[in-house]
Amino acid sequence: MGIRARRRVAAIAAVAGAAAGLAACGGESSGDTPTLNWYINPDVSNLEAYVTDEDGNQAPGGQAYLALKCSEESNGAYDITVRLLPNDASQQREQLVRRLAAEDESIDLMSLDPAFTAEFANAGFLQPIPKEQQTQLSEGMLDGAVEAATYDDNLVAVPLWSNTQILWFKKSVAEKAGLDMTKPVTWDQIIDAAEQTQTTVSVQAKRYEGYSVWINALISGAGGQILEDPQDGKDAKITIDTPEGKAAAEVVSKLGNSSAAPPALSNADEGGTVASFSAADGGFLVNWTYVYSDPNVAPFKDDLGWVRYPQTTDDDESRPPYGGINIGVSNYGKHTDAAYEAAACLTSAESQKTYAQSSGNQPARSAVYDDPEMKEAFPMSALWRESIDAAAPRPLTPYWSDISTALYSSWHPPSSVDPDTTPEESQQYIEDVLQGKALL
Amino acid sequence: MASTTTLEPTKAAPGGRRAKARSPESAENRLGWKLAGPAVAVMLLVTAWPMLRALYLSTFSYRLTDPDNREFVGISNYGVVLSDSLWWRAVGVAVFIMVVTVAVELVIGFAFAMVMNNILVARGLVRASILVPYGIITVVSAYAWLYAFQPTTGFVNQWLHLDPGTNLFDDFWGSIFVICLAEIWKTTPFVSLLLLAGLSQVPNDAIEAATVDGATWTQRLTKVILPSMRAAIMVAVLFRALDAYRIFDSPFIMTGFANGTAPPSGLVYNAMIQRVELGLGSAMSVLLFLSVLIIAFGLMKLFRVDLSQVRGD
Repeated sequence: MGIRARRRVAAIAAVAGAAAGLAACGGESSGDTPTLNWYINPDVSNLEAYVTDEDGNQAPGGQAYLALKCSEESNGAYDITVRLLPNDASQQREQLVRRLAAEDESIDLMSLDPAFTAEFANAGFLQPIPKEQQTQLSEGMLDGAVEAATYDDNLVAVPLWSNTQILWFKKSVAEKAGLDMTKPVTWDQIIDAAEQTQTTVSVQAKRYEGYSVWINALISGAGGQILEDPQDGKDAKITIDTPEGKAAAEVVSKLGNSSAAPPALSNADEGGTVASFSAADGGFLVNWTYVYSDPNVAPFKDDLGWVRYPQTTDDDESRPPYGGINIGVSNYGKHTDAAYEAAACLTSAESQKTYAQSSGNQPARSAVYDDPEMKEAFPMSALWRESIDAAAPRPLTPYWSDISTALYSSWHPPSSVDPDTTPEESQQYIEDVLQGKALL
Repeated sequence: MASTTTLEPTKAAPGGRRAKARSPESAENRLGWKLAGPAVAVMLLVTAWPMLRALYLSTFSYRLTDPDNREFVGISNYGVVLSDSLWWRAVGVAVFIMVVTVAVELVIGFAFAMVMNNILVARGLVRASILVPYGIITVVSAYAWLYAFQPTTGFVNQWLHLDPGTNLFDDFWGSIFVICLAEIWKTTPFVSLLLLAGLSQVPNDAIEAATVDGATWTQRLTKVILPSMRAAIMVAVLFRALDAYRIFDSPFIMTGFANGTAPPSGLVYNAMIQRVELGLGSAMSVLLFLSVLIIAFGLMKLFRVDLSQVRGD
């Protein structure tokens, strides 16, 4: 799926609307220019930035377009080729782990989900970033974004974009229930409001990573965390069997056994929850920021409201989930210096603005949010920045994928969750899995 | 997870050979080794080495992404697997799929074999079309069945006048039903092909003699035809049983091993490929291999057939 330099120039010409003549004389030889391979997750694409590879396949625009721009701007210092990873996040991880474990030289840069950034750093797959460069790269980044790219007190990858969940609701429903949405709301309040108005609260509670995202947000929102000392790996202390874990289980159990639960709650992923929220009896939804541009919500956009993620308890501020993509530099690539330069360019404020505008994904840099163009394009961008800053990333442990699987398996389905037993059982199960005493 | 059945080399025809070597037996033996030696060497290279490596790895607690914490744990990985209900459930799932699919395939396969054997017109066409499903890649057939049964894109709900929201992949029995169905559809042709070979070896005079003696059709089937096909049935059952026990593709594609549909090979995949827990994963693959051996051995005892004599006679 390599995209040749010649094609790049052609694509840039198309994007910039430049004269066709430029494309014809393009394809300057890249004699000493090192080629950097950047493994990207397929991202939301913008048609204008589509690039065509030698086989005539079209690659998505977002990150591929940044690659073109930074290659051009580097003046021959490097030339980035994007390579697509599979769609599914766990399959992306699988492919990268297998290549990196074999010390594959053909990876220079990679787009990493924050959930497995720690695992890669711990395995030695990521080139350690020199201290002074860490400060430089993280300057002006939102706290939540930096936290999710930090392992063992070191910045191990550079945040490219950030994502967070907010509470989406139908203004008409909140009004009917008499719920004041200008103040922070709790899970209890929205579940009660939905019951009262015979509407639903849509949450991702399928047996998958998204369900762990919810549980993590609930526990963090109560002031707790899933585990302590993540750098201890499999010996980290699991802290689910705590009052905070119980508070989280109470919310899950309440919704699971409530009339406010959508019929397919236990099978609902991101797309499914948008669908159930868009249905006539949809009332509330927690979901990532891209819901705003989802065609499903277009018919009732006037009725669509958004506020910060609901609180687990009455007193503690909510800790919204964190997502996004970090850029990691491989430990086994041949052009490490060029790769750092490229990572800095790809994650610059300007790149993040371009990327946000073309893909709809939120910047990780604080300054970009102050840009008037950004404010105009995304009316709720102030809420996004606030949420990302307050976000609680999933625990930055090398064993997150195991912990997550053990967690969502033992809390599934939501209706089976018992606040008195589930936290204890799931803590035991996670510990057994980590110690190699139980299978997943 | 290579197929483990090996055909013993044919025994040398006794006597009849005036050898210059001191012992004719040992000369035969040496020639045999010369002929089979290279193949044995290649087999060892591609199967024995990975197996020994799996055996070695299975004695460690070793995660590929946490190499510093690698430690020798002896046989405790086996203890973990064998005492975990997840493993026994997986074995149960595989045995269930194996028993159901092999039983159904034998019946349908036998019917197909009869058709292929007795049909007079368009013989080639019929034989070829019966074999079509077997020629389809398992992953492709798994997707085809998945899409057919899905409530959004599938046509099955409509055909059977089910509630349009019915999703068979929602629970264990629904999932396992479609998995078995796909498996039966795909591999019945293989069974029927093997049974056809057996059927064509049933001596016609024996059937005629039975007819003359007044045997009914059922009697001819159970007393003459089936007994003379015993070796062919044995091969079909053995091959299919081992394949069905090691099932992977269909549940992987259709359910992603959700709803408790993971067979042992699915657990191996989860441990080895997803979690990169090489120790536990290797222990499970060794156990999978052993259980395949047990099944093969058990079936051979059950049928009292010596595989080396299956070759025509």
